[in-house]
Amino acid sequence: MRGRIHRASLRLPHWARAQSSADLQNRSRLPRRPRLAMPSLVVCLLSLLAVTPSAVLPDASGWPTPPASEAPKPQVSGPLRGGTADHTKFDELRGPFASGPEVTEACLGCHTETGKHFMENIHWTWSYEHPETGQQLGKKYLINNFCTNARGNEGMCAQCHAGYGWKDESFDFTDETKIDCLVCHETTGTYYKIPNSEGSPACSVMFEGKPPIDLAAVAKSVDLPQRANCGSCHFKGGGGDNVKHGDLSTALIEPPRTLDVHMGVDGLNFACTACHVTNKHIWAGSRYNVVSKDTEGTGLPGQRTDVATCESCHGLAPHPVDSLAAFKLNDHVQSVACQTCHIPELARGGVATIVDWDWRTAGKTRDGEGYHEEGYIQGNGKHRYTYKSIKGDFTYDENIVPEYGWFDGQMVYTTIDTRFDPNAESIEINGFSGSREDERSRIWPFKRMHTWQPYDKGHGTLVYTHLWGEDEAAYWGNYDMAAAIEKGMADFGLDYSGEYGFIETISWWPITHMVAPKEQALGCGDCHRPRDSRLAEVKGIYLPGRDRNVWLDNLGTILVFGTLAGILIHAGIRFFSPKGGHH
Amino acid sequence: MALHRVKIFSLFERFWHWSQMLLIVVLLITGFGLHGFHDLLSFEQAVTLHTGAALALLVIWAFGTFWLFTTRNWRHFIPTASGMWNVLRYYSFGIFKGERHPYRKAYWRKHNPLQALAYTMLKLVLFPAIWISGLAYLFYFAWRDIPDAAAWLEGVALIHTAAAFAILTFIFIHVYMLTTGHSFRDHVMPMVTGFDEVDLTPEEEAYLRKDEPEQIR
Repeated sequence: MRGRIHRASLRLPHWARAQSSADLQNRSRLPRRPRLAMPSLVVCLLSLLAVTPSAVLPDASGWPTPPASEAPKPQVSGPLRGGTADHTKFDELRGPFASGPEVTEACLGCHTETGKHFMENIHWTWSYEHPETGQQLGKKYLINNFCTNARGNEGMCAQCHAGYGWKDESFDFTDETKIDCLVCHETTGTYYKIPNSEGSPACSVMFEGKPPIDLAAVAKSVDLPQRANCGSCHFKGGGGDNVKHGDLSTALIEPPRTLDVHMGVDGLNFACTACHVTNKHIWAGSRYNVVSKDTEGTGLPGQRTDVATCESCHGLAPHPVDSLAAFKLNDHVQSVACQTCHIPELARGGVATIVDWDWRTAGKTRDGEGYHEEGYIQGNGKHRYTYKSIKGDFTYDENIVPEYGWFDGQMVYTTIDTRFDPNAESIEINGFSGSREDERSRIWPFKRMHTWQPYDKGHGTLVYTHLWGEDEAAYWGNYDMAAAIEKGMADFGLDYSGEYGFIETISWWPITHMVAPKEQALGCGDCHRPRDSRLAEVKGIYLPGRDRNVWLDNLGTILVFGTLAGILIHAGIRFFSPKGGHH
Repeated sequence: MALHRVKIFSLFERFWHWSQMLLIVVLLITGFGLHGFHDLLSFEQAVTLHTGAALALLVIWAFGTFWLFTTRNWRHFIPTASGMWNVLRYYSFGIFKGERHPYRKAYWRKHNPLQALAYTMLKLVLFPAIWISGLAYLFYFAWRDIPDAAAWLEGVALIHTAAAFAILTFIFIHVYMLTTGHSFRDHVMPMVTGFDEVDLTPEEEAYLRKDEPEQIR
């Protein structure tokens, strides 16, 4: 027991503890209550009065407020701290640079091995072959139920490829100078990317008139990736802020601790790479192959840099054992993912996520032109589009109670090659597996995304839709779905029946970000309750408080109340019989 | 044979009885709360109280069982048919006619045959059922990886809940019985003071008077 408590107090890695101990020092500078000694009691009481309450007590949220004059703390990126080089002093970065690849050449001049390393990672390859299912996954191939497919639309979608110029199949994945170092490492906030091909005039107008980028200034600013760097793509997946994930939004660029206890600027101020630890430009953490139950915990010092699980920092007994309830909570780790209790709602922080998308209504025009409508005001006051001619209707939601289910970490995707019953009511874009009986599974929270999207009605397959392009088949600008699918499929030599329809699809997004402070975590009673249990739909378990045997409860109730009735009758007879045994 | 006021419940036995009573009331209230029958406490509070009370009760039971055997008091609970019929007859008919309770406490038989049977069943069936199932319930996560653990847990929960209903029923009857025969107060006071009227043989009386005078008044 003692060892456990000890371990719980040591659960932060050393690089994160350094910051925590700085906080402690700040706290220790606060005035202390004088120790009461009998002879000087009066003096002490007077001095207590002299200390203002606000200096003694933490602020209303219970978190010590840092002094206003303190400079903003740097984001905590992981083990690498206290850099050995100042990039602003490098002659190689003085510029001027005419293009991004020129900057990359300068980077690779010193970072000689980085190009090779980088080309192995998923940000470059957009390709992932699942080691267990053997499925060919990755953005390069997959179909989702947002904008449907990047394939064939790279001119637009590969804005989020960490490279320069991928617009079609001719892109050279072996050219190191095409790596975009800046999108992840620049810190000026002035760097941006535009589509790699022009696209339809109806769309390209959106990207005109942007200020030129001072590449030399941007290059000199490089640092370990900040939340805003990762967020420039990951916060905007699916075509807009928080559209896709639900737990990754621009609210995380400068989040309060209450939104995310790790990333909070008034808390630990973690960058993404504090958890998504990076080794040779390969990041820990995968959405295709999730570690749903970490049984190794923190490991020995220097180990566990290849996982982004909660347990890799917090250990396998994460709750300090200071009560019976905490003892039980540590037991729950076997069945329940940390995220299930500690992320009580998704799409928090004022940025909504899309939960429903209807491609059937796309393509409406006014005077031959596409248009869009705003119809949702999200928590931070911003208006969101609820209809776009190029995409159809959207439904937004925020502060959403997740769906819960047993999850073994394995996603099985419906890919372009998957054949399904063309008359199926709905199909899962990424069904997930897991059960109570499977020892790798735990109960996880998910965002559920529902979409009506085009499919091949004749063959029962999903389709690649040609959305982006300068040609007349590109859906965005021409609004002809039949032509867009025809070309989208033909470009990759795929068999298409020629008849498309719309089918309901579901995708599941395991929720793992926006971890709330512990005081906002779910309580026992949120799941252990007869009605409205968070886990009402979770199968394969007997959940005390939620579950009961109705027969037993009825029999037991009859027994108890039958006994009471018998007692009343017995007492009644005693009372009314002339010689009864009452007193 | 003559009636005397004799100490039949030792201090430990009285402590055992009343602490057990208190803990069982806490367990019943929190337990049925956990089961979803009421919302008087949060689930966390109820679990904490329920577990704490259960562990305390187990400790008391361990001491109680040890005491029963080392003091030979367990013999009070040996079931017997002798006199059972009269007691049953009394509760079914005699009590309404104002008859006197047929049973006289003896020095080595402080419970009437019905009582002895009821307490024996409580000690040998209901209590073990609830604490064995309760411990299995509490330490579910130690055996959750055996095959069909969830189904076993449901069985454990079923036994635990059924035993709880039965114990609640026992308590109602137990308390009601205090109103029969003598007054309610006459029935409760022996468990407070330790003394009750007992039919002593002359030899028992002589022994007590000489060797254990503090046990007899």
